[in-house]
Amino acid sequence: MGDWKAITVPLLSSGSKNIFPYTSERKRSPTSMNSQVLRLSLPSPKNMYNFFGAFCTEENLEQSISYIDRELTTMGFPSIYAEPKGKELNLVCIINCMNELLVLQHKNLRAQEEVEIQHLKLGSDMDHLQNCYAKLKEQLELSKREIVGLQERDRQLQSKNRNLHQLLKNEKDEVQKLQNIISSRATQYNHDMKRKEREYNKLRERLHQLVMNKKDKKLAMEVLNYVGRADGKRGAWRTDKTEARNEEEMYKVLLSDYEQRQKQLLLENAELKKVLQQMKKDIISLLPPQKQKPKERSEDGLVLSDQEEDIGELNKENMWELSCETVREQLTNSIRKQWRMLKNHVEKLDNQVSRGHSGAWNEKDVISREDHELETGKLELEIQQCKEMIKTQQQLLQQQLTCDDDTTLLLQDCYLLEERERLQEEWRLFREQKKNFEKERKSFTEAAIRLGLERKAFEEDRGAWLKHQFLSMTADCKPENTTASAFLRSSDPDIRLVKSASRQRRLPSVLSPAVSPEPFQISQYIAQNSVASEKPAADNMPNLWVEGDDKEETEECTKSWEDSGVGPLFRNLHMEQLP
Amino acid sequence: PWFLEVFKARILPQLSPVLSPQASCIQHRLVVRDASSLQILQLYTCLDQIQYIEWSSDSLFILCAMYKRGIVQVWSLEQPDWHCKIDEGSAGLVASCWSPDGRHILNTTEFHLRITVWSLCTKSVSYIKYPKACQQGMAFTKDGRYMAVAERRDCKDFISIFVCNNWQLLRHFDTETQDLFGIEWAPNGCVLAAWDTCLEYKVLLYSLDGRLLSSYRAYEWPLGVKGIAWSPSSQFLAIGSFDEKVRILNHVTWKKITEFDHPATISSKKTIVYKEVEKSPTVDTERLTFPPTRALASSLFSTQSKYDISQVPVSLQYIKPVADRANPKVGVGMLAFSADNCFLATKNDNIPNAVWIWDIRKLKLSVVLEQLCTIQAFQWDPCQPRLAVCTGSSRVYLWSPAGCVVVQVPGEGDFQITSISWHCSGDSMLLLSKENFCVCYLEREEVK
Repeated sequence: MGDWKAITVPLLSSGSKNIFPYTSERKRSPTSMNSQVLRLSLPSPKNMYNFFGAFCTEENLEQSISYIDRELTTMGFPSIYAEPKGKELNLVCIINCMNELLVLQHKNLRAQEEVEIQHLKLGSDMDHLQNCYAKLKEQLELSKREIVGLQERDRQLQSKNRNLHQLLKNEKDEVQKLQNIISSRATQYNHDMKRKEREYNKLRERLHQLVMNKKDKKLAMEVLNYVGRADGKRGAWRTDKTEARNEEEMYKVLLSDYEQRQKQLLLENAELKKVLQQMKKDIISLLPPQKQKPKERSEDGLVLSDQEEDIGELNKENMWELSCETVREQLTNSIRKQWRMLKNHVEKLDNQVSRGHSGAWNEKDVISREDHELETGKLELEIQQCKEMIKTQQQLLQQQLTCDDDTTLLLQDCYLLEERERLQEEWRLFREQKKNFEKERKSFTEAAIRLGLERKAFEEDRGAWLKHQFLSMTADCKPENTTASAFLRSSDPDIRLVKSASRQRRLPSVLSPAVSPEPFQISQYIAQNSVASEKPAADNMPNLWVEGDDKEETEECTKSWEDSGVGPLFRNLHMEQLP
Repeated sequence: PWFLEVFKARILPQLSPVLSPQASCIQHRLVVRDASSLQILQLYTCLDQIQYIEWSSDSLFILCAMYKRGIVQVWSLEQPDWHCKIDEGSAGLVASCWSPDGRHILNTTEFHLRITVWSLCTKSVSYIKYPKACQQGMAFTKDGRYMAVAERRDCKDFISIFVCNNWQLLRHFDTETQDLFGIEWAPNGCVLAAWDTCLEYKVLLYSLDGRLLSSYRAYEWPLGVKGIAWSPSSQFLAIGSFDEKVRILNHVTWKKITEFDHPATISSKKTIVYKEVEKSPTVDTERLTFPPTRALASSLFSTQSKYDISQVPVSLQYIKPVADRANPKVGVGMLAFSADNCFLATKNDNIPNAVWIWDIRKLKLSVVLEQLCTIQAFQWDPCQPRLAVCTGSSRVYLWSPAGCVVVQVPGEGDFQITSISWHCSGDSMLLLSKENFCVCYLEREEVK
């Protein structure tokens, strides 16, 4: 609002100030002008008409235009004259100015509306705040009154308290006074008592003299005849001896009493010791089971040593018979230790129980079982995979044997080379029998075949399949050259070789995905394998063909490979395939 | 139990401690009866009205005291002709008793000037000077060897220990008491308990040789000890006091083991409260809470009360003691151990209708007997844990761990039992009213 005023009102007022003289004079004005000015703003159209009507008339048109031009230029609008000094009006410019003014007017109107709304809002806010203020004022008044009331009460209570304090003090004084009176009376009473008692004693003494010293004839005992003592003894004279004897007897009585008491205590002690021993034994027999627990090993170790000590102590049975002083320390120590053990044990049990309640204990157990199952599942899967791999390998081998003679040959030889290197020592032993080696080889081949058959019988399906394959393969291979036939002989053991490899517990996971029907991959794998075997213990590659069962076959195969003389070839291949 | 007829007796009859006879006296005459048949064995005539009779320990002699004349007459059961008369002369007589050997008579003269010890064996007479005039100023050990006498000289208390054999002074020592009230030997005869007047709580324990073993004081200002009791094993000393509590000391350290409170409300579930209730005679006796054995039941036809078990908590009748009177009726004055040391019976004087039976093995309240009338006396069976209680009515109440039972004294008239005295065998007991007595016989096997 303020802003609006700041911009428009001074303009108007200045305008009106300047204009009013004209308006009073010139009452007629063109309607076109009126309508335009009416748009500018200002409420009543009648007044407006009069007001503006007075502004411009036919006579002062020039002046009005110049005035407006001046006004407009002061407001930053371009001049409405076409030329700076000319009288011709620039209509476009006027229209533009008019438009600008209208836009400005709209803007201002909107702003005014907003401001009015805001004003209303603020007014209501103000009201609200005033209400609040009034309320708070009331509250303040109330609280003030309350405070005054409380202060008054406080003051009353304080005065009451003071009174009570005063009363208490008075009472205390009273009590003190009474106590003094009592004590003085008590002393007086005691004094009187003593005096009276003394008097009484004196009187008694006097009476005694009077009564006793006079020869009282009446004071007598008439007895028919004296009777014997109950114990049959005669009364003894009173002498020093009797006195001594009395003392002696008294001490005897006391002694016997003490002895009896000691006996009782001994008995009690013995019984307690027995109980203690029993308890110790029980505790010891109770505690050992916790020793097996892997947890808290250090503590267990400590306890164990304690227990050993205790057992050692227990063995010293006669120790119990010793007097308490000598054993006391040991006894208390051992009991303390055992107690500690028991406490630990019980605490552990408590812990377990609490853990069991929270389910953690169970969970742990279950997890381990699950782990176990998972592990077995994994292993089974692996076994399955291995089996499959073996199968494929066998298949591939046979395929190789049938189709790619040279490479299979080489690869085969690669196996055999590896094996030969591994089994060099054992092979040397066989050297001794080199003379009849050929013979033995034949017989051995036969035995191997038989073994293979046996195994086939064991795994019927695969055996049958293998056999079929083998047979078909042999049928295919018959027309091939001698190297092929040499392999034919060794093909069966090879199968077995692979099988034996399957018996290895784990295949390296790196290699397992390498199982694929592609012969090249397999061969590569084999080559790598052989490289690995050439540098033993270099890594964790499996020694696939080290099984003792197959040594002889491999030996044979090596022989065949040597005979065939493809070593260098293989080496070349090997060099090529090294990554 | 079965009863023989009620006899007239002016003086408390006495059952002899060893043999079966039973003595009673009417006026001048002393009647000695057989305890089992109650037939008259002997009849003696004394010089004056008998005020007190007492059997000697071997039951051979009976002492009849006539305090008014200062005369004691002794009769022999074996020799009816034998007689003995002791005249205290002008010194007067206030008390007379046998020494434990049954051959000496101790007479206390008037004003407690002295105690005269007369021997029946020799003509010798001994005097004990300055005995203290107090409730329990003289005590013999159980074996009869020693006697302790409380003395007062120069406003100080002393204890003298005599050898009963020859009445020689063994020990004489002063006690740290203001006004010694009583002394009592432990049953083993080696410890003497002495307690101070009720104005001060103080219990002193002396060895036979006069050494102070221990001194116990539970509190300082309020009224103190009202009564004490040794357990038969000498293991415990129960001290009842005006603060309605019983404190039990042990014999090793002489320190307090436990404290038995006697509240008016019993709330412990482990305590059995037997309440005596009146019932019309038409009610069947079988509805007794603890059906007694045949013999007991047969005598119950005419009973007019029975026991009920009250449900805890139970509020007992409580009498607010008058504080500004001397010897207020408050606190535990009556207390006694059972013969087997297992139970302690007490009575709190401001809950006069209840007997409290404590289990000493558990140190807990075991049973409370709530009677209709004020408890006059109770006594334990000398052989087994069995308590007889009388309340000034014509009924005797027996309690044992098995239960409790009401026994009605048969016969006409009102027989107000004020005192009970068991025979040493535990087979029978004397029930005494002011003027009459009767004997109650119990069958031996019934409780066992």
